[in-house]
Amino acid sequence: MPFTEEVRARLDADADAIIGKYPGSRSALLPLLHLVQAEEGYVSRDGVRYCAGKLGLTETEVMGVVSFYTMYKRRPVGEYHVGVCTNSLCAVLGGEQILAELREHLGVTEDEPTPDGKVSLEHIECNAACDYAPILMVNWEFFDNMTPDSARQLVDDLRAGGQVRPTRGPQRLCTWREAGRILAGFNDDQATDGPAAGPPSLAGLRIAKEHGWSAPREAGS
Amino acid sequence: MTDTLTPVLTEYWDQPDIFTLEGYRRTGGYQALPKALGMPRRDVITAVKDSGLRGRGGAGFPTGVKWGFLPEGDSKPHYLVVNADESEPGACKDTPLIMANPHVLVEGTAIASYAIGASHAFIYIRGEVLHVIRRLRHAVAEAYAAGLLGKDILGSGFDLDVIVHAGAGSYICGEETALLDSLEGKRGLPRNKPPFPAAAGVYSLPTNVNNVESIASAVPIVLNGAGWFAGMGTETSKGVGLFSLSGHVTTPGQYEAPLGITLRQLLDLAGGMRAGHRLKFWTAGGSSAGILTDEHLDVPMDFESVAAAGAQLGTRSVQLFDETTCVVRVMLRWMEFYQHESCGKCTPCREGTYWLVRIFERLEHGKGTEEDVDKLLDIRDNIVGRAFCALGDSVGPPITGAVKYFRDEFLQHQKEGGCPFDPAASTLWGRSS
Repeated sequence: MPFTEEVRARLDADADAIIGKYPGSRSALLPLLHLVQAEEGYVSRDGVRYCAGKLGLTETEVMGVVSFYTMYKRRPVGEYHVGVCTNSLCAVLGGEQILAELREHLGVTEDEPTPDGKVSLEHIECNAACDYAPILMVNWEFFDNMTPDSARQLVDDLRAGGQVRPTRGPQRLCTWREAGRILAGFNDDQATDGPAAGPPSLAGLRIAKEHGWSAPREAGS
Repeated sequence: MTDTLTPVLTEYWDQPDIFTLEGYRRTGGYQALPKALGMPRRDVITAVKDSGLRGRGGAGFPTGVKWGFLPEGDSKPHYLVVNADESEPGACKDTPLIMANPHVLVEGTAIASYAIGASHAFIYIRGEVLHVIRRLRHAVAEAYAAGLLGKDILGSGFDLDVIVHAGAGSYICGEETALLDSLEGKRGLPRNKPPFPAAAGVYSLPTNVNNVESIASAVPIVLNGAGWFAGMGTETSKGVGLFSLSGHVTTPGQYEAPLGITLRQLLDLAGGMRAGHRLKFWTAGGSSAGILTDEHLDVPMDFESVAAAGAQLGTRSVQLFDETTCVVRVMLRWMEFYQHESCGKCTPCREGTYWLVRIFERLEHGKGTEEDVDKLLDIRDNIVGRAFCALGDSVGPPITGAVKYFRDEFLQHQKEGGCPFDPAASTLWGRSS
């Protein structure tokens, strides 16, 4: 079903704001795809058509971009999309076991939502939080130092609608669609929530302070 | 004698509001920018050159020299692109840097843009780190509101627009020319070089691409002087850098130290390997930088010494694995990663990574042969140097190290008809469920 007039008008306002930021309009394609994904929960054929129309591209050109990037989903995923890191380091430290146990617990395959539409599961590659391994992401927020038990509890809480807070992140976990809007370039009011840094990020600083170590204050003679 | 650890970029991460403009200013933030704007552009580039700063994204090319490649006095728009697409397996420094102190990146972006004559800067940040994107956008907005970005910055006549651009999930976009294609709204495919980005980058216009830590390092360099930075580190690998320890180590985390620190020193500070276990193998700079063993504890972690030991300093992503870890399993997961992330543009990488995964699978499951181990080296030799970009070349170093140091372990899989390791033993909880 093509977008209704009302949806189109709303998308147009956002899309024009995005396109206006870039010196070259095609640069707006990735954010526009995040935007249509935020609208529908995935990038549908209508979403592709919409982006193509906005930027004067063919649908094939847009589809080629959609299929290249893993964050664009071509079918609906859960309201809370869980990515478990199984790159070597997280896998060895327990990520592989966490993913296997979550798959069994939820009874879903890759990117397939639970019947209630709440949670889907994906294996992800290194997400730049190795010092917090094993990690998983929910709608691209950090959940650090996970265990099979804490991961199971987490997805149960997500399905039950309980309060879930990322380890280093906002007070309120965004839904999958809300996260898409942020990726498209629109801010929410949660940027200053959460810690500046978790304990591993501060490990070296803490030790340096204990020893009274620092960089020289100015150029040495 | 410089101290063992030298927090510079990490110095104020323990301030709970360091990510706000107010918190950053309280620590002396935004003092380097007016200083830079008061200098001729050329002098800013000279300062970064003289500091000896080498690219912190892995390649180690001198940052100031790269800045100097952009044409001077031409009438074309110039662009700065900050590579915040941190995705190398093991790399986890730029992400906490931006989360804790996004303003130092914004300030560095303004300084670098001024130096290369750019009035537009893009910060291309991977999409899978939502809160880091929030923090960065918030900092950019605060900087605009305070007149630190936008028109006529601090009355200098210099204009700069900064666009935070979220990626969409693709390791190859960390390669600078693939990143530029992605930024232009295309599939992230690497480009032929030359022309280099300095001549024809984004929109075919002169562009400079730098890693987050490189750009942020320009701030203390401008503030404290080239000599201050060059006075730390080694003769050819100057200054400080973030060393990211992860894996079977007692205290994983970020350790900012002069280049040239050894793993023995870092491990001592981090409380050693987890209790009751010993180091088996490690990466100095992420999976693509190859693997080393406990023979290499005293190798100075600078660009030259790590290369001489047969690996690369890369992004100083120190992944530590103890004796419970199966090296074949680690290699298999990395190879699956490279296969998954290969863009498919060139045959050696696309086909080579596919076959490497098949062979590593066989080996891990005890169905491989000694011939298969040699076949790995043969495929490696047909990818490295023949692939279109650095992603293909990246599969070489880990294979080289794994076969060199652990050939027997590959064969042990065959003898025992399967993996001799218990994967539960290498988990942090040490049990299967």
